[in-house]
Amino acid sequence: MSASIDYLLHLADNAVVLGQRNAEWCGHGPIIEEDLALANVSLDLIGQARLLYQLVADLKADGSTEDSLAYFRNTEDFRNYALVELPNRVPLVGYAKGDMDYGTTIVRNFLFSALMALVWEKLQTSSNAQLAAIAAKSLKEVRYHLRHSRDWLVRLGDGTTESHDRVQAALDHLMPYTQEFWTASAMEQEAARTGLGVAPQDLRADWNAIVSNALSEATLRESSTEGYVTQGKNQLHTEHLSFLLAEMQSLARAHPEAAW
Amino acid sequence: MATTESVWALLESIPDPEIPVVSLRELGILREVRQGAQGLEVVITPTYSGCPAMGQMEDDVKAALQTAGIAATVITQLSPAWTTDWITDATREKLRAYGIAPPQGNCASHASGESVVQFMTRRDATPAIPCPRCGSVHTVETSRFGSTACKSLHRCLDCSEPFDYFKPY
Repeated sequence: MSASIDYLLHLADNAVVLGQRNAEWCGHGPIIEEDLALANVSLDLIGQARLLYQLVADLKADGSTEDSLAYFRNTEDFRNYALVELPNRVPLVGYAKGDMDYGTTIVRNFLFSALMALVWEKLQTSSNAQLAAIAAKSLKEVRYHLRHSRDWLVRLGDGTTESHDRVQAALDHLMPYTQEFWTASAMEQEAARTGLGVAPQDLRADWNAIVSNALSEATLRESSTEGYVTQGKNQLHTEHLSFLLAEMQSLARAHPEAAW
Repeated sequence: MATTESVWALLESIPDPEIPVVSLRELGILREVRQGAQGLEVVITPTYSGCPAMGQMEDDVKAALQTAGIAATVITQLSPAWTTDWITDATREKLRAYGIAPPQGNCASHASGESVVQFMTRRDATPAIPCPRCGSVHTVETSRFGSTACKSLHRCLDCSEPFDYFKPY
């Protein structure tokens, strides 16, 4: 039971944290169409997170609600991949030109959407009927996210020297974080065994194919995935998650029980 | 005592909050009215997971029931997942007349046959969407995401009108 809940929280936390990160572009998009696009992607992700948190709340049946799970858990309780909590830029050295880099956002959304398109496809046959129903909806949404980010990956990669170098830098920075997709964790093993979830290793070959195909069209070099393997899904986070949660949770915590 | 027929008749005309020319029933959001163990139940299904209009739709249904003095529970059900395939030809024509290009093709067959690994080239990524104003298929997509979760942005190259396209889902 506990492993099932941890697995569902992992899915929900990924969605809410990336939803919050993408929402940082709201009002700051490079062009108005992309401002709208990122807001729409965020809405989908936050909507998926709400459905998943509600499912967890129903399973726990301890008075938890979707809001208590999103706003009243602390950094060390979150189970999202480190990849989704990173800022919308590469480290402030080398190619980074400022606090926000659209290329980094696009590369991250591409790497994550490619994974989730495969995950949701499999979860349509989850042993939990409600998770299967959420997967069927989320799959339709993530396919749009994948097309959107892949389109821009190709446009930027096969664009100007400047855009090419910046997405390549983002790819070099983010690729090592994708190692976390494939390391087996206790909750994922257990979820796969019971039929609730999917074993991540089973998706690796398909994910590699999606990524290689897009990188080649985008004229980008395959980045090394070597390096430290992050453990966000096992509740060990980078320094960035606490700042993100502080912004996301402060209003709800300042006014608990508030309704609007 | 309200019957399922009278509840259908009552809810029949509730418009979509964002596209008021079509009703919730016509969009396939209002799924079922049934006699449950605890009384009448109205089943609705969300469109996009994060559609901000869902709360409004549920409130509209509840308000209509309350005004008519009908006690019924509103149930939100995810499965089967909402699809634009449920939108009838007559409703598609209403969308077109309102200036929104209706969804093209059939999602169900599309989704089952489509592998996420394979991609069409950019040029062919979207089939030609007829302009809802002049009917020309000489149109381009300007953005995959539009003013609401369910629409994308297009432009007609013949009459120069920008227009929304109701995306297949």
